[in-house]
Amino acid sequence: MSTTLQINGKAVQVTASPDTPLLWVLRDELEMTGTKFGCGIAQCGACTVHLDGKAQRSCITPIGILGGVKITTIEGLEGKHAVQAAWIRHDVPQCGYCQSGQIMSATALLEDKPNPTDEDIDAAMSGNICRCGCYQRIRAAIKDAAAHGSTAPVEA
Amino acid sequence: MNAHTRDLPRAGLSRRQFITTASLTAGGALVVGCSPAQVMSIGAAQTDFGPFGPFIRIDPDSTVTVVSKHIEFGQGSHTGLAAMVAEELDADWSCVRVEQAPANAKVYGNLGMGVQGTGGSSAIANSWMQLRTAGAAARAMFVEAAARRWNVPASQITVANCVVSHPSGKQARFGELAADAAKVAPPARPMLKSSKDFTLIGTERVRRKDAGLKSTGKARFTQDVHLPDQLTAMVAHPPQFGGKVRGFDASAAKATPGVVDVFEIPSGVAVVATSTWAAKKGREALKVDWDNSKAETRSSAAIMTAYHDLAAGRAQPANGFKWTAFEAKGSTSPAGGKVVEAAFDFPFLAHAPMEPMNCVAQVGKGPPKLTFGSQIPTVDQLNTAMIVGTLPGSVQIETLYAGGSFGRRANFKSDYVSECVHIAKHVGGGRPVKLVWTREDDMTGGYYRPMAHHTVRVELGPDGLPRSWRQRIVTQSLMKGSPMGGSASADPSATEGVKGSPYLDATPNVDGQVVLYDTAIPVLWWRSVGATHTAFVMEHTVDQLARAAGQDPVAYRRALYKKAGADDHLAALDLAVEKAGPTPTPGWTRGVAVHESFGSVVAQVVEVKLVNGVPRVGRVVTGIHCGTAVSPDQIAAQMEGGTCFGLSAALYGQITMTNGVVDQKNFDTYRVLRMNEAPTVETYIVPSTEKPTGVGEPGTPVIAPAVANALLAITGKPTSKLPFVQPT
Repeated sequence: MSTTLQINGKAVQVTASPDTPLLWVLRDELEMTGTKFGCGIAQCGACTVHLDGKAQRSCITPIGILGGVKITTIEGLEGKHAVQAAWIRHDVPQCGYCQSGQIMSATALLEDKPNPTDEDIDAAMSGNICRCGCYQRIRAAIKDAAAHGSTAPVEA
Repeated sequence: MNAHTRDLPRAGLSRRQFITTASLTAGGALVVGCSPAQVMSIGAAQTDFGPFGPFIRIDPDSTVTVVSKHIEFGQGSHTGLAAMVAEELDADWSCVRVEQAPANAKVYGNLGMGVQGTGGSSAIANSWMQLRTAGAAARAMFVEAAARRWNVPASQITVANCVVSHPSGKQARFGELAADAAKVAPPARPMLKSSKDFTLIGTERVRRKDAGLKSTGKARFTQDVHLPDQLTAMVAHPPQFGGKVRGFDASAAKATPGVVDVFEIPSGVAVVATSTWAAKKGREALKVDWDNSKAETRSSAAIMTAYHDLAAGRAQPANGFKWTAFEAKGSTSPAGGKVVEAAFDFPFLAHAPMEPMNCVAQVGKGPPKLTFGSQIPTVDQLNTAMIVGTLPGSVQIETLYAGGSFGRRANFKSDYVSECVHIAKHVGGGRPVKLVWTREDDMTGGYYRPMAHHTVRVELGPDGLPRSWRQRIVTQSLMKGSPMGGSASADPSATEGVKGSPYLDATPNVDGQVVLYDTAIPVLWWRSVGATHTAFVMEHTVDQLARAAGQDPVAYRRALYKKAGADDHLAALDLAVEKAGPTPTPGWTRGVAVHESFGSVVAQVVEVKLVNGVPRVGRVVTGIHCGTAVSPDQIAAQMEGGTCFGLSAALYGQITMTNGVVDQKNFDTYRVLRMNEAPTVETYIVPSTEKPTGVGEPGTPVIAPAVANALLAITGKPTSKLPFVQPT
């Protein structure tokens, strides 16, 4: 059995059964490990990816429903997104484990609302837990990315 | 302030490290006359570290690699350690990279612990002289090499940004001189810079070395390890602590596509599969018959009742424990003054780092190898060696980034590591096995911050300051299960922050006693350890005393600090109060708290309001006295993060058990702080040229009492129980 997924602009054949969450197909079958496992029940946001441009939790999304859906992961940003550059300017990450998910939520937010208010940020980002407590810097980096949006490459 | 507790952190040795050293020495040092590091290193392969020693490598392109003996799990130690080397080496900060050290206690031991490990907010403090000396020695080797090559006096040579220069115009980069420098004998006592000559340390240029990797999904965590032929394992654990496997039916589990094997290990039943999802589905299909005859089947509420009975004298200590005095002077008999009494209950807390516990092990072909975020590699080596039957030093560990820990990955029993090693041993042949815990495994897996109960009775003197202070503490020992074992004497982590408090130093009559209580629920240090409860008790009590004395809480604290000679407390408080300014934000009420832990004093002025009965925290102004500030921006990050971690627990954190079964399974029931509830933390550092002290943990314990003190000002009611928000 195989399923075709559209991931970061490419058609990818995967063999996992249709009920397998996208998270585990990305991580285990495709070894695209930027998308993280945190809770498995869409409570923490570490697994956030874009499905047709919207931030969604890959841990509860079976691949069987993703036919024709454009999937973007942290790898798909290629380190070139204004949000990633702002993340580095603000030294946002601490342990870093949640940051892929935070960045995917933040990029979807800015796509939707290029100049988000604090309330917009609260609404878009409160599904992403950071146990290190980087929230203040995440907020500052989102505002910075909105104000000085550029696509400066990120040195990783 | 108690001289003993004050000296420990200043010497770069926190109480926790002291305990660790003592316990490992007691339990693990089997050879008289050998240090724990030497014993644990038996079997280690000899390694050639190159001309600049085990901490520094310099490539022909002048890239400077700093080898970190400490794990990076958010606290910024990789960056701070690299800055200390770069400062003394006069390296170009942009050419400095960081590499994680392998397991080798003798070479990469924590100088405060005696073994290799990260904890007690000690990474920067214990490395301060060691890494500066390593950097200065390498610099001296380059200077000497250049002097010989150019035939000029070494005293005329300068170094900046990896470039060695002579006034004649001669210049060479480190890379060009490295081969010559390698032939120079490193000086044993190189000259270190005076703090006034620092050009990197203490500046905003010290920025995280891992921000790029962690903003692109490229940082490698245990969860991300994919080795050839790797299997993934999950384990079915007993529903109650102390439960055992009576029997199991693996037929359905084994029939699950992708499941390779199902077998019993000491901690439960392992399901081994070709993918994480297959392992999870296999475990769901597994039927286990649990034997709970020796399990802890009490509810957490019943255990707290037992704590209350002990504190009130209605029950006597058991299991060899007894009431033990940790502070005693004068007489606390009533003397006719105003009396303040308070009692406090603290719940179990889970660490709940974003990356649930996991480990990769290879056993059965060559030396055992672990690949994971190891917080105490020496202990993980020892526990692995005992399972495999080999020498501790032969166990190889590749330490990766860890997605948080907050104490969870530092465990005497190496619980999840041992579990992985048992599975890998059964699989055999050196085949890599990745053990994955789900969030539910992690949340219900124990090793919680123990519950604690305090009672306090303080009598004020005519000046309004405490004349006598009586305190009773009941909690579960963190040291039980350590190589030192349970003890009838006081576990220092149960009293730290009360013992040595400037408030007790300023009180002429003190009767402080602690008793420990046993349960089968595994407990562990949790970011800031004893201070998680003692800071709350001391700081919220002091606000109640100030109210009873009719005095301002800040002025009251200042009087006590002056009486106790607690200058660092005074400096941190004064800085926070000054920066907060005289007027609260309209509509918000202020609370103050101050606490010393891991050698650093943190003072916070917080602004709080009640929104639908739930405390909302806005502005948090922090003053910290932490000696020399190596990386001011990372100190600020730790104050921001530590405050969120402490506030999360204070607002919502509690693990409870019903009939011994943990009620919280995931973030839907173990609520944690989110973006919409996060405060804005400002950080101000008391200028100091003293050696650096901890910053990873001291930011955590202060926020809860500061919020309680603001609530006291708003409602007039003290808080006697955490979390603030109780489930309805």
